[in-house]
Amino acid sequence: MSVLVRIPTPLRSLTKGNAEIQAKGDTIDSLVSDLDRQYPGLKERLLDESGELRRFINIYVNQEDIRFLQAKKTGLKDGDEVSIVPAIAGG
Amino acid sequence: MEKLNGLRCRECGRHYPAAPLHVCEFCFGPLEVDYQYDALRGRVTRASIEAGPPSMWRYRELLPIDGDVAVGHHVGFTPLIRAKNLADELGCREVWVKNDSVCHPSWSFKDRVVSVAVTKAREFGFDTVACASTGNLANSVAAHAAEGRLKSYIFIPADLEQGKILATLVYSPTLVAVSGTYDEVNRLCSEIADKYRWAFVNVNFRPYYSEGSKSYGFEIVEQLGWRAPAHIVVPCAGGSLITKIWKAIKELKTLGLLDERSRTSMYAAQALGCGPIVTMIKNDSDVLVPVRPNTIAKSLAIGNPADGYYAYKVAKESGGSGEHATDEEIVEGMLLLARTEGIFTETAGGVTVAAAKKLIERGVIPRDESIVLCITGNGLKTPDSLQDRLEAHVKIKPSLSAFDRALADLKSQTS
Repeated sequence: MSVLVRIPTPLRSLTKGNAEIQAKGDTIDSLVSDLDRQYPGLKERLLDESGELRRFINIYVNQEDIRFLQAKKTGLKDGDEVSIVPAIAGG
Repeated sequence: MEKLNGLRCRECGRHYPAAPLHVCEFCFGPLEVDYQYDALRGRVTRASIEAGPPSMWRYRELLPIDGDVAVGHHVGFTPLIRAKNLADELGCREVWVKNDSVCHPSWSFKDRVVSVAVTKAREFGFDTVACASTGNLANSVAAHAAEGRLKSYIFIPADLEQGKILATLVYSPTLVAVSGTYDEVNRLCSEIADKYRWAFVNVNFRPYYSEGSKSYGFEIVEQLGWRAPAHIVVPCAGGSLITKIWKAIKELKTLGLLDERSRTSMYAAQALGCGPIVTMIKNDSDVLVPVRPNTIAKSLAIGNPADGYYAYKVAKESGGSGEHATDEEIVEGMLLLARTEGIFTETAGGVTVAAAKKLIERGVIPRDESIVLCITGNGLKTPDSLQDRLEAHVKIKPSLSAFDRALADLKSQTS
């Protein structure tokens, strides 16, 4: 599955400045692996030592928070859009 | 005098320059302003603060601005009221209301954070400010942008209360109503902030913005005669205010302005229809489970609070707790505060009063200790929530006999 991934500013030093990249994966888990293969070091930024998503990162598939879906096991299909977004303050 | 060391990641401790940054590049932890407390100790005294203006800027040495205050010179130093009638009703000895429903100029505590953020935006040379908002922040950003002659873009959920929309539009910002929840607006703004070079007060300016909330805590302590209350009940949306009041108390202790032995417990108040922070506290879990908000307390309707984890930690660390309020209890809370103290707060204030009442009734907050209720917004902004709840008034013709009859009717009804 090929999906579009939006990269937030803090991670663009690893993606050669790219704000959007194409990556492959059937789930968020495998997508993260593909991102790390294309841009080594990304996985370490997204996942903590125990392999869980870091506390202050939110991932959305087609605008839906993956915690409302199947978290890292959320399935992906061709053409999906994935956003990686740092947590931000309230208002 | 140099008072800032720049920014520091709350999670991994990495240092960053004082710039419009909000996220640690390495662990995504939030960045926080890092002060040189050694330089401030002895320089900032009770006397130096008391000699300052009757506004939040009497604490400016403890706020992250370098130059002059750009906007909001009259924000803060709102009344701390000894709520005797409410205390009687609740069966408590000492209840105080910190009343930011009359904060100048936009009638909520958000003026505190926005005046710092907009001042900082000017320091960094931005010409446009922006925010994602549940209403109060929208009002405040639009008002302060107007005062500072900056352009403003305000993003809100489209279903916001009419009063809050009007109280934003009046300042002539560009108001963008997004069909979605606040959390969706927030996510969108995070992506917009990445693309446009604007000062998003609650995104790239968050480290500076959030510091403004400390002034609410400083004022409570100073207005109590440099004494910290035993209990503080705080409404929680994103979870920032409760953490910053706690930080304020700790800073005053660090600087020797408050007795180090004093103990304050912090309590989170949230609506049952959107209470992920209180749920963490009740379940004693440090993992935030986001929710889809469904409550009349729209100013607190954040299902994915960025500071939820820290708010939970403050409640735990301080020996406090948290409580949910149903929509019914929220309205009862608003009416109780109005009936006993003559203060008309918005739904968020109803949440605080209702949660405090439940915590007192459950014996979590003892009746014989000092309690401060944080009232952070004005009821005139959300009249919709009361529309169907208040009884019709008496209507008569302009004649004395008509009034006599109406009065007799009223008396017979109540007797």
